[in-house]
Amino acid sequence: MTSVVTFSHVTKSYPLYHHITGGFKNLLFNLPKALKEMKSAKFTALEDISFDIKKGECVAFIGRNGAGKSTTLGLIAQVLKPNQGTVEVNGRVSPLLELGGGFHPDLTGVENIELNGVLLGLTRKEVKEKMNQIIDFSELGDFINHPIRTYSSGMLTRLGFSVIAHLDPVILLIDEVLSVGDGKFQQKCYQKMQEFKDRGVTMILVSHNIYDIQRICSRVIWIENHRIKMDAPAEEVLTEYKKHYCL
Amino acid sequence: MKDIIIQLTQKELRVRYKHLSLGYLWSIANPLAYALLYFMIFKIVMKVKIENFPIFLISALFPWQWFANSVGVGPMTFLGNAPLIKKVNFPRYLLSFVAVVQDMLHFLASLPIIVLFLFIFDKSPTLDWILGIPLLCLIQLMLTYGFNLFISTINLFFRDLERLIQIGMTFLFYSTPVVFDINMVPKEYQQLIVLNPVAPLIISWRDLFLNGFINWQYIGISMVWASIVLVLGQLVYNKLSWRFAEIL
Repeated sequence: MTSVVTFSHVTKSYPLYHHITGGFKNLLFNLPKALKEMKSAKFTALEDISFDIKKGECVAFIGRNGAGKSTTLGLIAQVLKPNQGTVEVNGRVSPLLELGGGFHPDLTGVENIELNGVLLGLTRKEVKEKMNQIIDFSELGDFINHPIRTYSSGMLTRLGFSVIAHLDPVILLIDEVLSVGDGKFQQKCYQKMQEFKDRGVTMILVSHNIYDIQRICSRVIWIENHRIKMDAPAEEVLTEYKKHYCL
Repeated sequence: MKDIIIQLTQKELRVRYKHLSLGYLWSIANPLAYALLYFMIFKIVMKVKIENFPIFLISALFPWQWFANSVGVGPMTFLGNAPLIKKVNFPRYLLSFVAVVQDMLHFLASLPIIVLFLFIFDKSPTLDWILGIPLLCLIQLMLTYGFNLFISTINLFFRDLERLIQIGMTFLFYSTPVVFDINMVPKEYQQLIVLNPVAPLIISWRDLFLNGFINWQYIGISMVWASIVLVLGQLVYNKLSWRFAEIL
């Protein structure tokens, strides 16, 4: 089996940018101090993370809020870059990050689908061909022609998932977003994900819903305090996790 | 890549005109309104001695407006597209490029107005336009894209830049021969005009539209400026683009 995602000794820290965005005035009047702070004031989101995800695997990241899960997905989606270590990704990534779907509040659902599809690497023609399928799957009805600022968060999720589900994903990234969809739509999503699993699509998700993870994922990586606490088959990790937090 | 550019341009146009009932007319109405304003101040009130002042004015004002609009939105180019940048990995410089291309389209849409004014003042387009317009468009595209890329990148890290740009553009406007002619500048200062990155370009546009010829000397200088600004913008972008998603 070939690896599609490889992290080796990845460290990601964010400078605390407010020292700079405080503006020129602050920067100029406290130059030495400001420079020192810029170098030292950091928030470390991930520390020395190494793992390897093979083609067709379905992996979930669990951990408390702020543990570094979303940063991990950001790194896989290659919108973020590590400070140390390397991230290797082979294959097109279809990310559904941060309440997916919407790119511009004034664009309609259809327009957002077009933009999303093209940015994820499809041609305009391909997106057009799939448009009807996507709209049908989303069950958004007339809303698809309305600006997405009128959407509820559940509707945004429908839009987002519908798009990435129909773009022949190779690596699918899903960041918590499914939890805001209603029960019926969630079912539909998990059905789709089961299909993907059978087709050999690699899936990586962040979720707080242990039961969903159990159904879909064969492997779970538990991140705590910015490090990997446990990386093992789903059952094992989830049992430990439940014990740890008395769930 | 081609598809991304088309799609992003469409997006920008849609977003810009979504709430406007007169839509596309604004791309012509806006520069004309400024032309009218400057005409009243400089011709009627201050009685500048330039013949055919309306066509003299718009032959430089329209290209200037392209430049000013594209650079003016610079601070918002990346900032305003935060959701996009945070969600997908694609070449972000395309956002800058598209912002500039969009204003270029508006500029091209306003060319008939220039032709109309030429006819009103008993002049007409010349054959030099066929080479001149694409050439100057290309140079202005490079220059403006370079500026936009530089500004939009830096503004993510120093938000104060937005304010500086507003002041800077006013200075730049009055040190560029738009409402006046380069020959009205005292001889000893005329040489200094080449230090203004936009002036040689605007002079070239006016010579093309108003006087009907290609001013190779100024085109050469504006080409040098365009290259410098483009390289500078691209360097700054290359150095900082990996941090965009985390700072937004």
